[in-house]
Amino acid sequence: MPDQNQRLLTIVCESMLEPFLQEELPHLGASGYTVTDARGAGRHGRRGGAWTKESNVKVDIVCDAEVAQRVVEHINREYKQHYALVMYSTDAKMHCV
Amino acid sequence: MSLEPVVLFFVLGLAAGLLRSDLKIPGSIYDALSIYLLLAIGLKGGVKLAEQATPGMLLDGVLIIGAAILIPLVAFPILRYLGKLKRADAASLAAHYGSVSVVTFSIGVAFLAQAAQEYEGYLIVFLVLLEVPALVIGVILARYGAGQVRWGRMLHEVFFGKSIFLLLGGMIIGYVAGPQGIEPLDKVFFDLFKGALAIFLLEMGLVAAGRLADLRAYGVFLIGFGIVMPILSASLGTAVGWMLGLSVGGTMLLAALYASASYIAAPAAMRIAVPEANPGLSIGAALGVTFPFNILIGIPLYYWMAQTIHQIGA
Repeated sequence: MPDQNQRLLTIVCESMLEPFLQEELPHLGASGYTVTDARGAGRHGRRGGAWTKESNVKVDIVCDAEVAQRVVEHINREYKQHYALVMYSTDAKMHCV
Repeated sequence: MSLEPVVLFFVLGLAAGLLRSDLKIPGSIYDALSIYLLLAIGLKGGVKLAEQATPGMLLDGVLIIGAAILIPLVAFPILRYLGKLKRADAASLAAHYGSVSVVTFSIGVAFLAQAAQEYEGYLIVFLVLLEVPALVIGVILARYGAGQVRWGRMLHEVFFGKSIFLLLGGMIIGYVAGPQGIEPLDKVFFDLFKGALAIFLLEMGLVAAGRLADLRAYGVFLIGFGIVMPILSASLGTAVGWMLGLSVGGTMLLAALYASASYIAAPAAMRIAVPEANPGLSIGAALGVTFPFNILIGIPLYYWMAQTIHQIGA
């Protein structure tokens, strides 16, 4: 199977959004995603990560451009205004076997 | 009365944070300790409930919850009109102060054990029951019937979030097992409790230090509110405890429950139901001001208030 050109969409957000994303991402067309714990600082202050209420997660989704756009629009509409989150995407090559 | 030793661990954590020590409790240890403490408190409450449960307690419970509802209703106008906070922020803070803190309660219990003072063990039930009405009132105050509320998600977070779920689960296990049944678990859940609480408080000190550093941003009003509101709530708790005929220890614990502000269940619930409220304000006041005040000054003060009202009453 040839390699496929996809998008890698990364969402860094408050960890409390994780269960919501877990529920919503499949409906938006994402067939899978990877969640890792994250620390950092930004417009919403320091997110130390040691304390659950102040921790962040990083959600990586490899998907086609259409799904990535749908996810970005959904998150912008539902969460961007009030929650600490940042999204970015890049081209990704899926190495299929 | 000497300072309860576990409180000194909080002070140590606070000092480490303020002095920028590299001390850090790993998140997984914090999580494990919080699971342990919630289960232990729930078990203890369940066992006491199995020993002490009477039908009369039901009426006491209604009165205790009824009086507690006044707390967010009093806090809201103070925050909104005196503090000039936005509606969402005032409502969220009111919900945090109407809700309760498990750790403050635990320190109250440790304080009473050190003072060899008995208390009504069933008060632990109110750690669970007092959480919900305050959060619901907070959401209603924020919305006044307008705006969309994710009630389902919020209530799911309240009831099935780690804290209430473990407290309630532990309480049911303790109640079903009873004092004899739980005996084989005593060494793990009761004998080690204070040591675990000490390490947990070390972490709470570190977290609170982070909040203290930001205090300037909250302003004098919020710092004053974080100290005066728990004293007002504790006075209500002392009066209710005395009227219900609770012991000195029970009266003090009820006062501590009313005085405490939630910084675990309430922030999560408010983040879902009132996301436009600034969590920095509510967590900052509850954890940066009220929590240290309660454990360092409040609990000995509420003990004194309970002793005084019982002396006057007698």
